[in-house]
Amino acid sequence: MSIGLTHYLVLSAVLFCIGLYGALTRRNAVIILMCIELMLNAVNISLIAFSSYIVPLLLTGQVFAIFVMVVAAAEIAVGLAIVLAIYRHFKDIDTDNINLLKW
Amino acid sequence: MGLEISFWIMAVVMITAAFAVIFLRNVFHAALALILCFITVAGIYITLSADFLAAVQILIYVGAISVLIILGIMMTREVQKGNPVNKLRLPAAIIAAVLLGILVYVVTAAPWNVSPRLPLTPTTMPLATKLFSENGFILPVEIGAVLLLAAILGAIVVTRENKK
Repeated sequence: MSIGLTHYLVLSAVLFCIGLYGALTRRNAVIILMCIELMLNAVNISLIAFSSYIVPLLLTGQVFAIFVMVVAAAEIAVGLAIVLAIYRHFKDIDTDNINLLKW
Repeated sequence: MGLEISFWIMAVVMITAAFAVIFLRNVFHAALALILCFITVAGIYITLSADFLAAVQILIYVGAISVLIILGIMMTREVQKGNPVNKLRLPAAIIAAVLLGILVYVVTAAPWNVSPRLPLTPTTMPLATKLFSENGFILPVEIGAVLLLAAILGAIVVTRENKK
Protein backbone atom coordinates (compact mmCIF):
# COMPACT_ATOMS: atom_id res chain seq x y z
CA MET A 1 0.00 0.00 0.00
CA SER A 2 1.63 3.21 -1.13
CA ILE A 3 1.79 6.29 1.03
CA GLY A 4 -1.02 8.75 0.29
CA LEU A 5 -2.58 11.89 1.66
CA THR A 6 -4.57 9.92 4.26
CA HIS A 7 -1.42 8.55 5.88
CA TYR A 8 -0.05 12.04 6.47
CA LEU A 9 -3.36 13.36 7.77
CA VAL A 10 -3.78 10.45 10.20
CA LEU A 11 -0.20 10.92 11.40
CA SER A 12 -0.89 14.61 11.94
CA ALA A 13 -4.12 13.81 13.83
CA VAL A 14 -2.31 11.37 16.13
CA LEU A 15 0.43 13.91 16.86
CA PHE A 16 -2.18 16.63 17.52
CA CYS A 17 -4.11 14.44 19.96
CA ILE A 18 -0.94 13.47 21.86
CA GLY A 19 -0.12 17.16 22.18
CA LEU A 20 -3.68 17.98 23.27
CA TYR A 21 -3.64 15.27 25.95
CA GLY A 22 -0.31 16.53 27.25
CA ALA A 23 -1.37 20.19 27.26
CA LEU A 24 -4.55 19.32 29.19
CA THR A 25 -3.04 17.02 31.82
CA ARG A 26 0.47 18.23 32.64
CA ARG A 27 1.12 20.61 35.54
CA ASN A 28 4.59 21.82 34.58
CA ALA A 29 4.19 25.06 32.58
CA VAL A 30 7.24 24.34 30.37
CA ILE A 31 5.84 20.90 29.45
CA ILE A 32 2.55 22.56 28.48
CA LEU A 33 4.44 24.91 26.13
CA MET A 34 6.23 21.91 24.63
CA CYS A 35 2.90 20.16 24.01
CA ILE A 36 1.57 23.29 22.28
CA GLU A 37 4.61 23.14 19.99
CA LEU A 38 3.73 19.50 19.21
CA MET A 39 0.22 20.56 18.21
CA LEU A 40 1.53 23.36 15.96
CA ASN A 41 3.86 20.87 14.26
CA ALA A 42 0.94 18.51 13.65
CA VAL A 43 -0.99 21.31 11.95
CA ASN A 44 2.06 22.12 9.81
CA ILE A 45 2.32 18.49 8.66
CA SER A 46 -1.30 18.47 7.50
CA LEU A 47 -0.93 21.87 5.77
CA ILE A 48 2.11 20.69 3.82
CA ALA A 49 0.46 17.35 2.99
CA PHE A 50 -2.56 19.21 1.57
CA SER A 51 -0.22 21.51 -0.34
CA SER A 52 1.72 18.72 -2.04
CA TYR A 53 -1.22 16.39 -2.74
CA ILE A 54 -4.17 18.69 -3.59
CA VAL A 55 -2.48 21.74 -5.17
CA PRO A 56 1.06 20.53 -5.98
CA LEU A 57 1.90 23.51 -8.21
CA LEU A 58 0.59 26.35 -6.03
CA LEU A 59 2.51 25.89 -2.72
CA THR A 60 -0.16 27.77 -0.77
CA GLY A 61 -0.04 25.31 2.13
CA GLN A 62 3.70 25.76 2.46
CA VAL A 63 3.29 29.54 2.65
CA PHE A 64 0.75 29.04 5.44
CA ALA A 65 3.16 26.67 7.21
CA ILE A 66 5.79 29.44 7.14
CA PHE A 67 3.34 31.82 8.82
CA VAL A 68 2.49 29.16 11.42
CA MET A 69 6.22 28.88 12.16
CA VAL A 70 6.50 32.66 12.57
CA VAL A 71 3.60 32.70 15.02
CA ALA A 72 5.03 29.65 16.85
CA ALA A 73 8.37 31.41 17.32
CA ALA A 74 6.65 34.52 18.69
CA GLU A 75 4.44 32.36 20.92
CA ILE A 76 7.28 30.38 22.45
CA ALA A 77 9.30 33.57 23.13
CA VAL A 78 6.42 35.34 24.89
CA GLY A 79 5.28 32.11 26.60
CA LEU A 80 8.67 31.40 28.13
CA ALA A 81 8.97 35.05 29.15
CA ILE A 82 5.63 34.69 31.00
CA VAL A 83 6.81 31.43 32.61
CA LEU A 84 10.00 33.13 33.81
CA ALA A 85 8.02 36.10 35.16
CA ILE A 86 5.68 33.71 37.01
CA TYR A 87 8.67 31.83 38.38
CA ARG A 88 10.20 35.08 39.62
CA HIS A 89 6.97 36.15 41.29
CA PHE A 90 5.69 32.88 42.79
CA LYS A 91 8.91 30.80 42.94
CA ASP A 92 6.79 28.05 41.32
CA ILE A 93 5.77 26.99 37.81
CA ASP A 94 3.19 24.37 38.81
CA THR A 95 -0.03 25.46 37.09
CA ASP A 96 -2.19 23.95 39.86
CA ASN A 97 -0.68 26.37 42.37
CA ILE A 98 -0.96 29.47 40.18
CA ASN A 99 -4.67 30.08 40.70
CA LEU A 100 -4.76 33.83 41.31
CA LEU A 101 -7.48 34.38 38.69
CA LYS A 102 -9.47 31.29 39.69
CA TRP A 103 -12.77 32.05 41.35
CA MET B 1 9.58 1.97 -1.95
CA GLY B 2 12.26 4.07 -0.27
CA LEU B 3 9.66 6.75 0.36
CA GLU B 4 7.39 4.31 2.18
CA ILE B 5 10.18 2.92 4.35
CA SER B 6 11.34 6.43 5.30
CA PHE B 7 7.75 7.52 6.01
CA TRP B 8 7.12 4.62 8.37
CA ILE B 9 10.45 5.08 10.16
CA MET B 10 9.74 8.81 10.62
CA ALA B 11 6.15 8.17 11.73
CA VAL B 12 7.08 5.54 14.33
CA VAL B 13 9.97 7.60 15.71
CA MET B 14 7.81 10.74 15.77
CA ILE B 15 4.92 9.17 17.67
CA THR B 16 7.31 7.47 20.11
CA ALA B 17 9.12 10.76 20.73
CA ALA B 18 5.79 12.58 21.20
CA PHE B 19 4.73 10.01 23.82
CA ALA B 20 8.13 10.38 25.46
CA VAL B 21 7.58 14.17 25.69
CA ILE B 22 4.46 13.74 27.80
CA PHE B 23 5.34 10.59 29.74
CA LEU B 24 9.03 11.00 30.68
CA ARG B 25 9.53 11.97 34.32
CA ASN B 26 12.61 14.09 33.73
CA VAL B 27 11.76 17.44 32.10
CA PHE B 28 15.15 17.73 30.41
CA HIS B 29 14.77 14.28 28.84
CA ALA B 30 11.31 15.35 27.64
CA ALA B 31 12.90 18.38 25.93
CA LEU B 32 15.42 16.09 24.21
CA ALA B 33 12.55 13.86 23.01
CA LEU B 34 10.83 17.00 21.69
CA ILE B 35 13.96 17.83 19.66
CA LEU B 36 13.92 14.29 18.19
CA CYS B 37 10.25 14.79 17.30
CA PHE B 38 11.07 18.09 15.52
CA ILE B 39 13.83 16.36 13.51
CA THR B 40 11.48 13.61 12.36
CA VAL B 41 8.90 16.24 11.39
CA ALA B 42 11.59 17.73 9.14
CA GLY B 43 12.07 14.28 7.62
CA ILE B 44 8.33 14.06 6.97
CA TYR B 45 8.55 17.42 5.15
CA ILE B 46 11.31 15.97 2.96
CA THR B 47 9.12 12.98 2.04
CA LEU B 48 6.46 15.55 1.06
CA SER B 49 9.10 17.25 -1.19
CA ALA B 50 9.03 20.45 0.86
CA ASP B 51 12.79 20.92 0.98
CA PHE B 52 12.88 24.59 1.99
CA LEU B 53 10.46 24.00 4.86
CA ALA B 54 12.53 21.04 6.09
CA ALA B 55 15.57 23.31 6.31
CA VAL B 56 13.50 26.02 8.04
CA GLN B 57 12.13 23.42 10.46
CA ILE B 58 15.66 22.35 11.41
CA LEU B 59 16.80 25.98 11.78
CA ILE B 60 13.84 27.36 13.74
CA TYR B 61 12.56 24.42 15.77
CA VAL B 62 15.69 22.30 16.32
CA GLY B 63 17.99 25.29 16.44
CA ALA B 64 16.09 28.06 18.18
CA ILE B 65 12.90 26.93 19.89
CA SER B 66 14.47 23.88 21.56
CA VAL B 67 17.30 26.05 22.87
CA LEU B 68 14.71 28.48 24.28
CA ILE B 69 12.82 25.61 25.96
CA ILE B 70 16.01 24.18 27.48
CA LEU B 71 16.88 27.70 28.66
CA GLY B 72 13.47 27.92 30.34
CA ILE B 73 13.99 24.54 32.01
CA MET B 74 17.45 25.55 33.26
CA MET B 75 16.24 28.92 34.58
CA THR B 76 13.46 27.28 36.60
CA ARG B 77 15.59 24.35 37.77
CA GLU B 78 15.06 24.93 41.49
CA VAL B 79 11.31 24.33 41.29
CA GLN B 80 11.32 21.55 38.67
CA LYS B 81 9.52 18.60 40.24
CA GLY B 82 9.49 16.33 37.23
CA ASN B 83 6.41 15.96 35.07
CA PRO B 84 3.35 15.66 37.35
CA VAL B 85 -0.23 15.24 36.12
CA ASN B 86 -3.32 17.08 37.34
CA LYS B 87 -6.80 15.80 38.14
CA LEU B 88 -7.99 15.94 34.51
CA ARG B 89 -6.21 12.79 33.37
CA LEU B 90 -9.27 10.67 32.57
CA PRO B 91 -11.46 13.41 30.96
CA ALA B 92 -8.50 14.61 28.89
CA ALA B 93 -7.79 11.07 27.69
CA ILE B 94 -11.44 10.67 26.71
CA ILE B 95 -11.49 14.03 24.89
CA ALA B 96 -8.25 13.29 23.04
CA ALA B 97 -9.43 9.79 22.05
CA VAL B 98 -12.82 11.08 20.84
CA LEU B 99 -11.16 13.87 18.86
CA LEU B 100 -8.72 11.38 17.34
CA GLY B 101 -11.58 9.08 16.37
CA ILE B 102 -13.52 11.92 14.74
CA LEU B 103 -10.45 13.19 12.88
CA VAL B 104 -9.46 9.74 11.59
CA TYR B 105 -13.04 9.03 10.50
CA VAL B 106 -13.36 12.36 8.66
CA VAL B 107 -9.94 12.06 7.03
CA THR B 108 -10.53 8.53 5.76
CA ALA B 109 -14.13 9.13 4.68
CA ALA B 110 -13.68 12.45 2.86
CA PRO B 111 -13.33 12.23 -0.94
CA TRP B 112 -10.07 14.14 -1.34
CA ASN B 113 -9.55 15.61 -4.78
CA VAL B 114 -5.94 14.43 -5.10
CA SER B 115 -4.10 15.97 -8.02
CA PRO B 116 -2.23 13.56 -10.34
CA ARG B 117 0.63 16.05 -10.85
CA LEU B 118 3.92 15.57 -9.05
CA PRO B 119 4.73 18.31 -6.51
CA LEU B 120 7.06 21.13 -7.44
CA THR B 121 10.76 20.74 -6.58
CA PRO B 122 12.91 22.59 -5.59
CA THR B 123 10.51 24.87 -3.76
CA THR B 124 12.76 27.75 -2.72
CA MET B 125 12.34 29.92 -5.81
CA PRO B 126 8.56 29.41 -6.20
CA LEU B 127 8.08 30.07 -2.48
CA ALA B 128 10.01 33.33 -2.75
CA THR B 129 7.93 34.49 -5.72
CA LYS B 130 4.79 33.42 -3.88
CA LEU B 131 5.77 35.32 -0.72
CA PHE B 132 7.26 38.51 -2.11
CA SER B 133 5.53 39.14 -5.44
CA GLU B 134 3.01 41.93 -6.01
CA ASN B 135 -0.11 39.74 -5.94
CA GLY B 136 1.36 37.27 -3.45
CA PHE B 137 1.60 37.29 0.33
CA ILE B 138 3.67 40.44 0.79
CA LEU B 139 1.24 42.05 3.27
CA PRO B 140 1.15 39.00 5.63
CA VAL B 141 4.96 38.91 5.47
CA GLU B 142 5.10 42.51 6.66
CA ILE B 143 2.55 41.79 9.38
CA GLY B 144 4.65 38.80 10.44
CA ALA B 145 7.66 41.09 10.81
CA VAL B 146 5.64 43.44 13.02
CA LEU B 147 4.40 40.45 15.06
CA LEU B 148 7.98 39.25 15.64
CA LEU B 149 9.04 42.74 16.70
CA ALA B 150 6.10 42.94 19.13
CA ALA B 151 7.00 39.48 20.51
CA ILE B 152 10.64 40.52 21.06
CA LEU B 153 9.59 43.71 22.87
CA GLY B 154 6.96 41.84 24.89
CA ALA B 155 9.42 39.15 25.98
CA ILE B 156 11.96 41.79 27.04
CA VAL B 157 9.38 43.82 28.97
CA VAL B 158 7.84 40.79 30.69
CA THR B 159 11.13 39.24 31.82
CA ARG B 160 12.85 42.46 32.88
CA GLU B 161 13.60 42.80 36.59
CA ASN B 162 11.42 45.45 38.17
CA LYS B 163 13.83 47.56 40.20
CA LYS B 164 11.88 49.89 42.44
